[in-house]
Amino acid sequence: MSAPAVTRRLLPASATRRLPRWLDGLLEAVGLPLVLLVLWALSALVAPNRYFPAPWRIAEAFVKTWVGESFFVDVLPSIGRLLVGLALAIVIGIAVGLLIGSVRWLRQFVEPVFEFFRAVPPPMLVPLLAITLGIGDTAKIAVIVAGAVWPILLNTVEGVRAVDAVQRETATSYQLSTVQRVVYLTLPSAAPQIMAGIRQSLSIAIILMVISEMTNSSSGLGLRITFFQQNFQIPEMWSGIVLLGFIGIALALLFQIAERLVLGWYRGLKETERA
Amino acid sequence: MPDQNPSPTAMLRVEGLQKSYGDFVALQNISFTAKQGELVCIVGPSGAGKTTLLKCIAGLLAPSGGIVELDGEAITGPPKKMAVVFQEYGRSLMPWMTVRRNVELPLLRTTPKAERRHLVDTVLESVGLSAAGDKYPWQLSGGMQQRVAIARAVAYSPEVLIMDEPFASVDAQTRADLEDLVRYIWKKFGVTVLFVTHDIDESVYLGQRVIVLSMTPTIVQEDLTIDLPEDRDQLNTRALPRFTELRTHVYEQIQRAKRDSERRPDAESPAA
Repeated sequence: MSAPAVTRRLLPASATRRLPRWLDGLLEAVGLPLVLLVLWALSALVAPNRYFPAPWRIAEAFVKTWVGESFFVDVLPSIGRLLVGLALAIVIGIAVGLLIGSVRWLRQFVEPVFEFFRAVPPPMLVPLLAITLGIGDTAKIAVIVAGAVWPILLNTVEGVRAVDAVQRETATSYQLSTVQRVVYLTLPSAAPQIMAGIRQSLSIAIILMVISEMTNSSSGLGLRITFFQQNFQIPEMWSGIVLLGFIGIALALLFQIAERLVLGWYRGLKETERA
Repeated sequence: MPDQNPSPTAMLRVEGLQKSYGDFVALQNISFTAKQGELVCIVGPSGAGKTTLLKCIAGLLAPSGGIVELDGEAITGPPKKMAVVFQEYGRSLMPWMTVRRNVELPLLRTTPKAERRHLVDTVLESVGLSAAGDKYPWQLSGGMQQRVAIARAVAYSPEVLIMDEPFASVDAQTRADLEDLVRYIWKKFGVTVLFVTHDIDESVYLGQRVIVLSMTPTIVQEDLTIDLPEDRDQLNTRALPRFTELRTHVYEQIQRAKRDSERRPDAESPAA
């Protein structure tokens, strides 16, 4: 009786796995959400609550609210501002981070100021930016950039500073040009830290996207969710929150693909070191 | 003095080289020359400032005094005609680039694409890594990684190849193979090689000349010509009586260097 159990233990995990890999992965991804959804549905049946409507009510509201014209009027512009803001934050964060990380006196000069600006909550900038930049897309994008740029910038500075001394000497002795140094040494070497910074910035950017639309806005997810809340359209409000969650998931997936492309070598290296 | 007019064959000339950090004198007075196409080993006890000396020669450190000349020109920064193979192969190769890209990296600015491809193929073949071009360095063993570093240095077509204890962290068998590879590369490409090691046998086996360094503050303790036959192999060369004599001689020199340095502080302390 015990013989099969022993054999089984000796086999690698993949050999004992019954399910195909993709199905296994799918279950891992949707397993917990399914459980939560069922619990939620049960609680809605047992103890209905006005502020926590049943999932099917929200699904209904979701289709009614977001599928159709609103997708183009509210959802797409929001996502557009989010992506533009993130892209700008990434470009600015990496460029400024590279500069500050490479120039020692500059770093010592600006670091205290950074701590100050970093401590200012970006939502506080909304009124200020509304005055200076107006209530259009520019101001909203500026809010996203102002918040999302910091993790990227600070991580880039750290990554640039951590470039290995032997690799730096190698680049020097082979007389790489400044551009070559940045492209082939500094950026790839700092990439793991930069990517970690970008990952943090994703969630910050989504939060700021919503907040920037809550006031002084004529369209967008934040505006609609606030509107529903103020008019006690509870299922509609929830459907907006669900939509935000979906956007977050999509963004995380995109990021994962990018990370796999950029940091494939890093993962392999770490696995070799662990072995 | 003949040194006033360096002979045209002197590829590398080090004259009165000195390096100190504050009060600490690392290199006191180093002078030697390496002729074009020569293979010179520099051996010294640990703490002899070997790496400091190399970095001064490679233009990675500014000396405090003295002259380093490559092909008659004073070295002020990393010279174009020089390539360095570092001891820490794992840290000197770029882990985000394949072997081929690593070897190609120093050539990107200087060599057109087609020629570069051909050159990289040639050097990878001559270090026995033809099949590993598309692998990443971390997928290779330590010895193979050091071969990649050697291939990169050779592809750069330097006139002087500087190697800083390149085999200090590989196993003995791999080390023997790599030593023979250095001899092979040296002959094949006619490059001047400056090979730094703390291994006495290695210095005698590889070099046409062995320069023995003292402890810090470092001077050249001895400049020894290795009169072993040109064709060397691990078994026969190392079995020669002359090999044993030479290694014994170098060993004694190094022991003397250590003894001298122990005596020196004693002699100085009453005065201080």
